[in-house]
Amino acid sequence: MRKDKSMRKTWLQSVKIRPSDITPEHRFLSRRALLAGGAGVAALGALSLTGLTRRALGQPAAAASEAAAGAAGALTFTRNAAYSVSEPPNSYQDITTYNNFYEFGTDKSDPAEYAQKLRTHPWTVSVGGECEVTGRYALEDILKPHPLEERIYRLRCVEAWSMVVPWVGFPLGDLLKRFKPTSKAKFVEFKTLYDPAQMPGQRRSVLPWPYVEGLRIDEAMHPLALMVVGLYGKVLPNQDGAPLRLIVPWKYGFKGIKSIVSIRFTERMPGTTWAGAAPSEYGFYANVNPAVDHPRWSQATERHIGGSLFGQRRPTLPFNGYADQVAALYSGMDLKRYF
Amino acid sequence: MSWQIRYLGKPLVFAACLYPVLHLLAGAFGLAGVSLGADPVAVMLHTCGKWTLNFLMITLCMTPLRDLTHSTLWLRFRRMFGLFAFFYVLLHLTVYLVLDQAGKLGALWQDILKRPYITIGMLGLVLLVPLAFTSTAKSQRRLGRRWTRLHRLVYLVAVLGVWHFWWQVKKDIREPLLYACGLTLLLGYRLWKERRSLVKVGAGRLARTDGA
Repeated sequence: MRKDKSMRKTWLQSVKIRPSDITPEHRFLSRRALLAGGAGVAALGALSLTGLTRRALGQPAAAASEAAAGAAGALTFTRNAAYSVSEPPNSYQDITTYNNFYEFGTDKSDPAEYAQKLRTHPWTVSVGGECEVTGRYALEDILKPHPLEERIYRLRCVEAWSMVVPWVGFPLGDLLKRFKPTSKAKFVEFKTLYDPAQMPGQRRSVLPWPYVEGLRIDEAMHPLALMVVGLYGKVLPNQDGAPLRLIVPWKYGFKGIKSIVSIRFTERMPGTTWAGAAPSEYGFYANVNPAVDHPRWSQATERHIGGSLFGQRRPTLPFNGYADQVAALYSGMDLKRYF
Repeated sequence: MSWQIRYLGKPLVFAACLYPVLHLLAGAFGLAGVSLGADPVAVMLHTCGKWTLNFLMITLCMTPLRDLTHSTLWLRFRRMFGLFAFFYVLLHLTVYLVLDQAGKLGALWQDILKRPYITIGMLGLVLLVPLAFTSTAKSQRRLGRRWTRLHRLVYLVAVLGVWHFWWQVKKDIREPLLYACGLTLLLGYRLWKERRSLVKVGAGRLARTDGA
């Protein structure tokens, strides 16, 4: 049956006029052209430098004091206040020791302990699917043209806890546009590295590996969707998804795929990891929504990590507080059905 | 022997049983270099929940251990372990109510009605209450055989406890599975013993009929 489907698709594709047929030749971008671009070189240098230094010193990133890490892994960036919340961010300690990154184990403390073995340099990202510019790119080439900015975002986990995190990155849309998605590109699919030798959690089949996430193309192009390479002004620690991760602040945290090695444009909605593992509990959209409970727990409130033992619980906001910016993306959609 | 158990064995075991809660208290107040990490409330909640299950399991181990070792020494600790299970489940509920839900009783009531895993957890806790209240030697004497029957409720409580744990795990079921296997063994042993004694009684009756 699957075979039939793919055959039909091929046939359809052969009939349709491909966007490249109507794109003037001079508009095509060669890989070389894609790599040309000036900004962010300083940050890039720092990125690879940190990778080296950290390994050379054998120093776990989580344990490194902010000052020590700051000296080696400082990124060049501007603060984007317009895209930042005013709440105080969680501590570096909290953000780097309390992680859901099942590739390194299912306990919140596992990633900080086991992710230090991950080699983030060299790193390649393959780009393919419904786009004109495809190929395998070194991380440096992916990042080169993008000036970095800091945005302080809310992070709401599907497990009903939340944090505020100062990420450093650049708009996902700016990156995706460089690959010239075709008119068939309705979705973007991301994949995490699959390497059980470096990611001990992948030796057990808690989830089907590699981890896959995806966005509708208009969601991906939304200016709030962020490609992240740093945290607290420094290179992203491994346990937080180094060297390249996604942050979609109006969606539950699991949409923010970590350690990305593949970006593909697709015509159909990609099958994503959690939505596939437990379809009744996690959906493709996974927009933060206090009105739609997880089948086993309420999403109406959240416990804010950090601070005192008391009074951590606060109401959860629709779209995690970003409703003004993103609600229009879903106008006319039944969000109870497309949870 | 009796003297040693009473004045040495029991106090030592009692102190050991308090270790988890002392550890949590030290962590909550930042004493003795203990830290509960970024989410202390979750650590408290899960630690108390798991120790409730641990003590239920330990309590259920006492009878098989007696049979295995032909020593009734084990049974002298059974009440203490059972009461510690009750102590930790009360702490579990307190942490949930006071720290996690910030004292909102309405939220708890809604959770009990709406969330199956909380419903069965609460049911388990409520069923432990009569067992705790009738745990004294006096109650045991007064209730006689009914005491034994009443305290079989602990089997149901343990099943509800493991179920409650299983249902709230997101994906990694290793730990609840471990508890479920342990409990299956412990309850299976009792079933096996019961059947065997029934067969024995049956065989005895049959033999008598034959003789008559």
